[in-house]
Amino acid sequence: MRFMLLFSRQGKLRLQKWYTATAERDKKKMVRELMQVVLARKPKMCSFLEWRDLKIVYKRYASLYFCCAVEEQDNELITLEVIHRFVELLDKYFGSVCELDIIFNFEKAYFILDEFLMGGEIQDTSKKSVLKAIEQADLLQEVLIYCYIDQVDL
Amino acid sequence: MSDVVEKTLTALPGLFESQTGAAKITNRLRQLIKSITELTSKHEEENLIKRELSAIKEQVSSPNTTMKQMREIMVRAMYCEMLGYDASFTYIHAIKLAQQGGVLEKRVGYLAVSLFLNEGHELLLLLVNTVLKDLQSTNLIEVCMALTVVAQVFPKDMIPAVLPLVEDKLSHPKEIIRRKAVLALYKFYLIAPNQVQHIHAKFCKALSDKDPGVMASSLHIYLQLIRESPDSYKDLTGSFVTILKQVLGGKLPVDFNYHSVPAPWLQIQLLRILSLLGKEDQSTSELMYEVLDESLRRAEMNHNITYAILYECVKAVYTIHPKAELLEKAARCIGNFVLSPKINLKYLGLKALTYVVQHDAKLALQHQMTIIECLDHSDFTIKRETLELLFRITNAQNVTVIVEKMLDFLCYVPIKTLTFAPDNSWFIQTMNDVFSIGGDLLQQDDPNNFLRLLAEGKPEEDDQLRLYAVESYLTVLKGHTSHLPQCFLQVMSWVLGEYAHLQESVDRREVIRLLTQLLDQRSVSSETRVWILSALTKIPEGQTDLILDLAESLSSSQDTVLRQQAQELRHLSQDSQLREWVLVENSCAVDSSLSFLDGFVSEALAAGAAPYKPPHQRQEELSLNLEPYSFSLPVSLSSCSITDRQSPTLLSVSSGLSGNSAELSTLILEGVKRVWGKDGYLPQKEATAPPVDEPSAAVQPASQQEAAERIEPRPEPSTQNQDKQQLASSLFVGLGVGSSVSLVRKLFYDGFTASLRGNVMDCLEARSTSVCHYALLMDDPHTNVSLTGTVSYQTQPGHTNTLPFSGTLSTADFIRPLVVTTEEYGKLWLSLSHDVKQNLKLLTDAGDPLRTTLNALKDALQLHVVDIIGSEGIVACRLLSGAPCLLHCRVNGAALAMWLRSPHPALPDFILYHCQRALAHH
Repeated sequence: MRFMLLFSRQGKLRLQKWYTATAERDKKKMVRELMQVVLARKPKMCSFLEWRDLKIVYKRYASLYFCCAVEEQDNELITLEVIHRFVELLDKYFGSVCELDIIFNFEKAYFILDEFLMGGEIQDTSKKSVLKAIEQADLLQEVLIYCYIDQVDL
Repeated sequence: MSDVVEKTLTALPGLFESQTGAAKITNRLRQLIKSITELTSKHEEENLIKRELSAIKEQVSSPNTTMKQMREIMVRAMYCEMLGYDASFTYIHAIKLAQQGGVLEKRVGYLAVSLFLNEGHELLLLLVNTVLKDLQSTNLIEVCMALTVVAQVFPKDMIPAVLPLVEDKLSHPKEIIRRKAVLALYKFYLIAPNQVQHIHAKFCKALSDKDPGVMASSLHIYLQLIRESPDSYKDLTGSFVTILKQVLGGKLPVDFNYHSVPAPWLQIQLLRILSLLGKEDQSTSELMYEVLDESLRRAEMNHNITYAILYECVKAVYTIHPKAELLEKAARCIGNFVLSPKINLKYLGLKALTYVVQHDAKLALQHQMTIIECLDHSDFTIKRETLELLFRITNAQNVTVIVEKMLDFLCYVPIKTLTFAPDNSWFIQTMNDVFSIGGDLLQQDDPNNFLRLLAEGKPEEDDQLRLYAVESYLTVLKGHTSHLPQCFLQVMSWVLGEYAHLQESVDRREVIRLLTQLLDQRSVSSETRVWILSALTKIPEGQTDLILDLAESLSSSQDTVLRQQAQELRHLSQDSQLREWVLVENSCAVDSSLSFLDGFVSEALAAGAAPYKPPHQRQEELSLNLEPYSFSLPVSLSSCSITDRQSPTLLSVSSGLSGNSAELSTLILEGVKRVWGKDGYLPQKEATAPPVDEPSAAVQPASQQEAAERIEPRPEPSTQNQDKQQLASSLFVGLGVGSSVSLVRKLFYDGFTASLRGNVMDCLEARSTSVCHYALLMDDPHTNVSLTGTVSYQTQPGHTNTLPFSGTLSTADFIRPLVVTTEEYGKLWLSLSHDVKQNLKLLTDAGDPLRTTLNALKDALQLHVVDIIGSEGIVACRLLSGAPCLLHCRVNGAALAMWLRSPHPALPDFILYHCQRALAHH
């Protein structure tokens, strides 16, 4: 996967993760362009589109668009499921997630994404272990013991 | 901003209370986000963020800021960056936070670094030590964070520093660490493959890891490795097959199930690997047939994830060495995709078809109807994929339709497809479209190839094409030209310069005026100006005044090339003898035997020069490298041609201006027989045009092809051809009077007259009958055709009696069923170019409206109902011994959506008219 974007129906960027080195200026341009293209699409249209040399796979959940860029030869359907799995993870973590959760806790959303995708490839297909890793890191906030790890079975 | 957000904002406090401790947000961030949502303009937002950033700047530089506060500041900075504002002054603090903070601060610090910095950013060097320290930490979470950041952003040159530590992690007791280490190495492999070359054995260990997560991660590396050199990993085929079997057999922990499908990502990865391994390798492919079969069989559940696997499986089946049974199953799967009402699946079906038609073009035929529907789909993506598919199945029969569709849509035609062009006018017209729309996006080769195509044809055959081009370009140039792309202008000026003289009716002055007009346009590039000028040079003399004016106006041009050309143009237009020398009409003729050099050569030989040896002979004699000298021959050659012409300054006149041919024109001697073309010797063709048979008594209109009514004399009804016999309209004349009867029939046929001599009887016995059969064919449909004729006979020599007769025939009389299979229908459908769509009345009085309606049409018009599938029916008919017409009928509410196609432009309209009538009368 080249990058993942989350943006609202109003065209506000909520999350961006780039898996290949891209210049800041290009990123901004691509995000702007892509948001326009995706937002202009009608609900009945298919979730894929060819854009530049990439294949864009997107899906709308409530007011939020999840949008992934993959290579031409990649499997679009499985990318759609990657998005869905990410939503499931967010949902489980925040408890029925909404756009506001992601706006106000965007760094958490990043942590979950990092635990789920690494270097653009899916890390673990087990939902339980992704969330376990996040929760354990979160727990430190309360416990604040650094040798904690010895007792925890990751 | 978003009204959704605004509405929800009032409910915010309650929302935050309900969050777990982990999701608590800081006050400052909350304030920031809240105030941004309240803003009404972009300008206000800018001011707010500016204030926010200066506050952050103050805070980060204050020595009293704690790490905990810094973490909160960093989150705000990330937010500002996400909104598109520059917070680069915080980058260094993000690195500091990762370096000095506790685990929680570190996590935010690393996140900020990975969001802020690119792989190449110089600040990343400061991160290397932190990463090294964290990789060696006893805290697993710190190790995880370090591995994550290493896989996300890490300077390429610093990989060797961390590599040993990451490698060590491959044998870490915790699976999560091993997994992340494998993925970090995968990332290293992608950005610097030679760095990780030495640890292939360790990848192998990861592949056999007892944890499925680690094993799955290692497949990313293997996929990459195998993609690069499939042959080195053939021995692993067995292992991959076994893993896939185990996954399919549900041997993995339930945890890995996704919507009750076992480890779909893993399956897809394995299928990709297998297809790479089995490609063009029969023995390896044989190892995987069984598991692929099982994979196809297992994926039955109606969920996206199973379709994703199926798609990958189908691709694998078509990539590896083919096995008939599997191909058949895979083809059926594709059918399911294509016919699916879900648009995503339909898209994937088209994509699979596109992939598959390269192996088996017939598969596309089964889905003709769907493909046609997709072509007019409102979704850009679907349309585009369909065109891609069509492009793969382009052939001589369907090229017109397909290119038309492509032009409609993409305005991009691969020139290659145009080699199938059916006729001149279509070709030129299409090329005009391509040039004017595709324009400067075209590859340089495209205009060149097009010009070569025009130039290389034989004059007799291709003058037609050239004439058409000239005419068409003149029309284009008379219109609005400023929007035309440069390459099109160049093509046009070349063609006009070269071939305008072919068109007698064209006023030279007009051509010059049009071209000169182009020169005045500001949008025309200087390269194009050169093309235009050289075209003007080639247009035959006689218009000296215009040319001189032009040369005068250009002589002060700032462009030296143009100035030079203008100068040359002036000289040439004043000196017609010179002009004749320089510009020989048929510039293709080249005396490549160089016979004109004979004198020079014999002189040189006499002066003691070595005789000429062809290069290959010289090669044999000398083993030295001849490269630097190989130019000597052409150089001496051209200099000699200059002296020969006695006009050295004029050598440059046309060189480089109008392509190769003009360059060569300096070598031409008048009177050289045209025996050499660009490709070599042109064999002298004997004029053996077959004598054209003049129809003796024909009074046909000038355009014989259009007056396409043929009347074929048919002395006896053929018993073999039942069909024709039944269909043909026959006329008989029986007369039993007189002794000497001469029968001459004249048939008047819808405005066209055709006449022929029928059976001329010398003498007809009394009371006997003479029968005369004619088959009437309709090539050009008309709603009604009136037919008149006469019978002339002589009862006495010199005394002729005439009997007139007449009748009316409608198109319906000439329609016959066309018996084809669904497959043939599909093939034919694609090759037809003219279509008409119309909604017709649906006969709803019976149980099955579609069938009833089609049967009614069939009875009335002798159509052939090919197939009825659900709410769609396909029907075929043809004009008697002529053009076919295909009808595609679909029930659309209370109407019947009829779509007709035929190679004949007018036929669908007439058939539609008769269908309407038939249904109205029903």
